[in-house]
Amino acid sequence: MASVSMTINGKQVSGEVEGRTLLVEFLREHQRLTGTHVGCDTTQCGACTIHMNGEAVKSCTMLAVQAEGADVSTIEGLANGDELHPMQEAFREHHGLQCGFCTPGMIMSATALAKRNPSPSEDDVRHWLEGNLCRCTGYHNIVKAVMAGARAMNA
Amino acid sequence: MPRDDGIGASVRRKEDFRFVTGQGSYTDDLNRHGQTYAAFVRSPHAHATLNSVNTSAAAAMDGVVAIFTGQDLLDAEVNGLPCGWQVHSKDGEPMVEPAHPALAQGKVRHVGDAVAVVIAETLSQARAAAEAVAVDYGMLPAVGNMTAAKAGKAQIFEEAPNNQCYDWEIGDEAEIDAAMAKATHVVELPLVNNRLIANPIEPRVAIGDYDTATGEHTLFTTSQNPHVIRLLMGAFVLGLPEHKLRVVAPDVGGGFGTKIFHYAEEAIVTWAAAKVRRPIKWTSDRSEAFMSDAHGRDHETVAKLGLDADGKFLALKVQTDANMGAYLSTFAPAVPTYLYATLLAGQYTTPLVYANVRAWFTNTVPVDAYRGAGRPEATYVIEQIVEEAARQIGMDPADLRAKNFISPDAVPYQTPVALEYDSGNYAGTLEMAKKAINYDGFAARQAASKAAGKLRGIGFSAYIEACGIAPSAVVGSLGARAGLYEVANVRVHPTGSVTMHTGTHSHGQGHETTFAQVVAERLGVPIENVDVVHGDTNNIPFGMGTYGSRSLAVGGSALAKALDKVEAKAKKIAAHLMEASDTDVEFKDGQFTIAGTDKSVSFGDVALTAYVPHNFPHDELEPGLEEQAFYDPANFTFPAGCHIAEVEIDPETGTVTLANFVAADDFGNIVNPMIVEGQVHGGIAQGVGQALLEGCVYDEDGQLVTGSYMDYAMPRADNLPNFTVDTQVTPCPHNPLGVKGCGEAGAIAAPAAVMNAVTGAMRAAGVTKPIDMPATPSEVWAALHAS
Ligand code: FES
Ligand code: FES
Repeated sequence: MASVSMTINGKQVSGEVEGRTLLVEFLREHQRLTGTHVGCDTTQCGACTIHMNGEAVKSCTMLAVQAEGADVSTIEGLANGDELHPMQEAFREHHGLQCGFCTPGMIMSATALAKRNPSPSEDDVRHWLEGNLCRCTGYHNIVKAVMAGARAMNA
Repeated sequence: MPRDDGIGASVRRKEDFRFVTGQGSYTDDLNRHGQTYAAFVRSPHAHATLNSVNTSAAAAMDGVVAIFTGQDLLDAEVNGLPCGWQVHSKDGEPMVEPAHPALAQGKVRHVGDAVAVVIAETLSQARAAAEAVAVDYGMLPAVGNMTAAKAGKAQIFEEAPNNQCYDWEIGDEAEIDAAMAKATHVVELPLVNNRLIANPIEPRVAIGDYDTATGEHTLFTTSQNPHVIRLLMGAFVLGLPEHKLRVVAPDVGGGFGTKIFHYAEEAIVTWAAAKVRRPIKWTSDRSEAFMSDAHGRDHETVAKLGLDADGKFLALKVQTDANMGAYLSTFAPAVPTYLYATLLAGQYTTPLVYANVRAWFTNTVPVDAYRGAGRPEATYVIEQIVEEAARQIGMDPADLRAKNFISPDAVPYQTPVALEYDSGNYAGTLEMAKKAINYDGFAARQAASKAAGKLRGIGFSAYIEACGIAPSAVVGSLGARAGLYEVANVRVHPTGSVTMHTGTHSHGQGHETTFAQVVAERLGVPIENVDVVHGDTNNIPFGMGTYGSRSLAVGGSALAKALDKVEAKAKKIAAHLMEASDTDVEFKDGQFTIAGTDKSVSFGDVALTAYVPHNFPHDELEPGLEEQAFYDPANFTFPAGCHIAEVEIDPETGTVTLANFVAADDFGNIVNPMIVEGQVHGGIAQGVGQALLEGCVYDEDGQLVTGSYMDYAMPRADNLPNFTVDTQVTPCPHNPLGVKGCGEAGAIAAPAAVMNAVTGAMRAAGVTKPIDMPATPSEVWAALHAS
């Protein structure tokens, strides 16, 4: 067992984990932050996307101990109480989700894009989301939502 | 003024706040107190005898609570998994229906077939111990595909000497052959409908729990139909009565059919939780999903269309082989028969249709319904052969279709293959789609592509589907072992807010919003005051769940019937309050009025009176305001439409780019256009995936070649364009909302549209032999360079 500590959504947390515990397991099982999802075992689907030190990463592809000292944010940390983050609001407004399972990963990935590119084109968005699978929406409304959300974030 | 939260409004979804904030509650998000974890030992071989399963080393490992094998299930009299639909062969014999043990007994029959389950304190302990279970397999030759099944490469079941499950037909073969002999043109086409894996992004999860105090068993599961699971598992597998078995399907992360079926893992965690007296959680990982979720499609077909000199269709003859996999999954036998061949008239007046369908066992994962289930396969056959016919006789494919359409004046229209279409305007959607894609401009676009060294093609798919499945008496006569009605309960609370319970289930379709819109519209209450509850057999009276685009058509109709009853009773209460006759009471926008007077009471007043019945017609009515309805439809519904795809092919690389895709659909009345569009988008993406990307591949020995997202190409954002979707409305004449269903249309229509565009583009380069799906760059390149 190893001890690990990090900041998650602005809160300092620490815990005892096995060396092989994945970051996503630490988030879901140890911290009970179940908004971050697991959709595959080959780093393909992006359902587990979070931010670490401001960058979008797939939390199924990292060990918890690798996040030692890191600043982590998850989908649970995005809204301000009842007030949705502009990207969350855009997904709701543009029907960018159906079953909602890919959604936390999509939104975390999208906010990372919007920080780099305040006004992404349709192509930019489709290209950026290449690592996030959605089986429900056909991406059409996700793309709309991300473009609108990015503009709103940077307004 | 229409209300902004009623029928016809694109209301933003009530469920979205929890989903976008990460507060959805999916099955894997639940943990039960004292929970243990299950890991399955799965066969790495496609076909083998189980000589021995030795669990002793594994049982001694850290944290192991229990290990169960097929023998343990046999000893405990746990039955196999039932099949919900019985098909009869053309000679009258029932299909071969071999046992499907929840854990293999004697033999394994596909890669992934479960041999044992290990239950341990932690997931890693369960997995480690599962690796330590020693299984001695006696290798047998394996049947990896239908060709090998037919050739008798190995015999999978004693009771199926030639690996055949059934040999079924519809129509009169002699009559068809006679008509074909008289046809001016006969077009023949061999077609493969590629095997697919549904791949909802949420993998399957099952948690079994047992309450020693009450004797109640609970199963939390990723299911589209919790009551169906309770019925199948309780009555057939475990012998548990309904009042001691609760099945909960909380938020479900996509289903697409593959979460309809009753799976072994559900029965095992439920049964074993009572054995070990601890909750047991099983979470599939994706690799496990590839070899244990039911697959879809997998048909091989030869179709023949006879036409007269004017291009009128005279006869369609179809011979299909359908792969059932290693066992019969819940609805598998119905998919290539009653959900497929009955649709082969399509939108056309073809007077004679004959289909012979043979179903085969193979050493592959069971195949069952996947989005569209049978209807995409039927549409693919019809729309490919019609397009091919247009090319061979030199007619515009749109004109050939229009010439053969069933006219709107001809409905109700009895097809030669059992169904009676009740509404539709096929020329309407064809024209709408042609306009949307600017069909007239295609030649110029094709020329521009050519100038740039590219090949351009356009392809139509004019589909019809039978949804809202369907009158119980009819499906019963066709072999269904269940009824297919739906149930709704409307509970008006004392202050006028409403909770509605539905037996359908939402796993992305937005029922919490759509059903609430219907309630809001009908009762005149704001949508915020309406909650929709589904997914728990302890809360919902009964229900058959969500599949076959049935939720609004059948479940919404049950809701409308329950609302009728609420309104009727509320009118009586209102009449009492206004001292009038209930026949004089009008109800609109949440107000009860008497015409010609200024008397009025609000819905809220009536609700309160129902529960605080001081001034109440006690001799006529009971207090309270809660009503329930079971609705069994009079017919299927028949959504239909026309999708058109335009593709560009780079002959240098074989890459197919979907340049444009338009959909013109007729779903009858629409409650929430935003949600309907979303359903169409998602269906198109899956259909395009089938046409261009996806294909589940087994090798000759039954090894799964495409066992992860690395090998199975899921559509990604950059594979797809934006879609143009529009609708025409011809209401369904036989259900109270006039709705038809929209969930499967895209997956049904898109494959044929895309492939017709691909083969059209390739024909311009001299390739006349159509290629099979998926039209991957290597396939396209090879075909182009072979010519
Ligand atoms: S869970 Fe699929 S990429 Fe992380
Ligand atoms: S909304 Fe269901 S997977 Fe994206």
